[in-house]
Amino acid sequence: MSVELLPALTFAELFPNGIERYAVGGLLIGVGTAVIYLGTGIIAGASTFLESTWSYASNLPRFNQPKYLGSRDWRIVFTLGIVLGAAVYAVVFQGGAWTTDVQWWRLLGGGVLVGIGTRVGKGCTSGHGVCGVGSVSETSLVNVATFMAVAIGTAQLVQALGVTP
Amino acid sequence: MSAKQDRHPAFMLVILVGGLIFGFGLGYSHMARPEVVLNFLQFEDLGLLFVMGGAAITTGIVFAVATTVLDRAPLTGRAYSRRLKSFDKNVLVGGVIFGVGWGVTGICPGAAYASLGIGNVTILWAIAGMFIGSYLQAFWRARSADAGATTAASD
Repeated sequence: MSVELLPALTFAELFPNGIERYAVGGLLIGVGTAVIYLGTGIIAGASTFLESTWSYASNLPRFNQPKYLGSRDWRIVFTLGIVLGAAVYAVVFQGGAWTTDVQWWRLLGGGVLVGIGTRVGKGCTSGHGVCGVGSVSETSLVNVATFMAVAIGTAQLVQALGVTP
Repeated sequence: MSAKQDRHPAFMLVILVGGLIFGFGLGYSHMARPEVVLNFLQFEDLGLLFVMGGAAITTGIVFAVATTVLDRAPLTGRAYSRRLKSFDKNVLVGGVIFGVGWGVTGICPGAAYASLGIGNVTILWAIAGMFIGSYLQAFWRARSADAGATTAASD
């Protein structure tokens, strides 16, 4: 009997909230990417928005490359779509606003590193993690393996230092 | 270069609809909550594997079919391609820096935008940080380019 129970217990330990929300959410993220790709041929990542939007306010050459100037308008629309789509989820399923308990200095300091790292590393969780892995790109697979391993180590270190949340 | 004038009138609508589905998916998957990402990174709930895996498999199938069966995208005339970026040291350096940031915050760019959508105004700290970080790297790139040009000129 214990042998039969073991897989169920292990599954519940690994996935205490089940997998339905995760799998369906992931599928929808992929469908959103696919809609844009099939309609326009564009592979949309989320982090380029940070730089292409800076081009409206800064003369730094990095921001004013043709590929950013030519995409900054639709990247704003894409980002607004992400915000609104999540808001629809919140209204329909969440029953109102939800706010994090993660401390502000973690969000701000870590956010700076995310802004630097995603732009230096040529992509983020959606660009490398979803679209690059979906393209079986070796560059993206190496990038994802790198940020995943470092993120796991960092999060566990922060937790071990007693910072919660 | 991007030939904006070649865009079909429905271009922006399709971008918006794609973004809406993308953002709804981030909300539904709970990845828009930093705590859920941190729980994954701390091995307390591995469900996030299905978010990233499900999304990557979906796009992988669509990319593979489009690049072999279809020709050009109807709204732009762009040829379908895969996302293949060149590999260099920056891919690793950026991955390490992003990894530390993701591990500290539990948030990445797309999930941060979606987090705002689910009412998490506190995430504006992270979004502000991301804009600051993306500015800093562009500033440093410009400075090192200037330094390189000066060195070359004086040589």
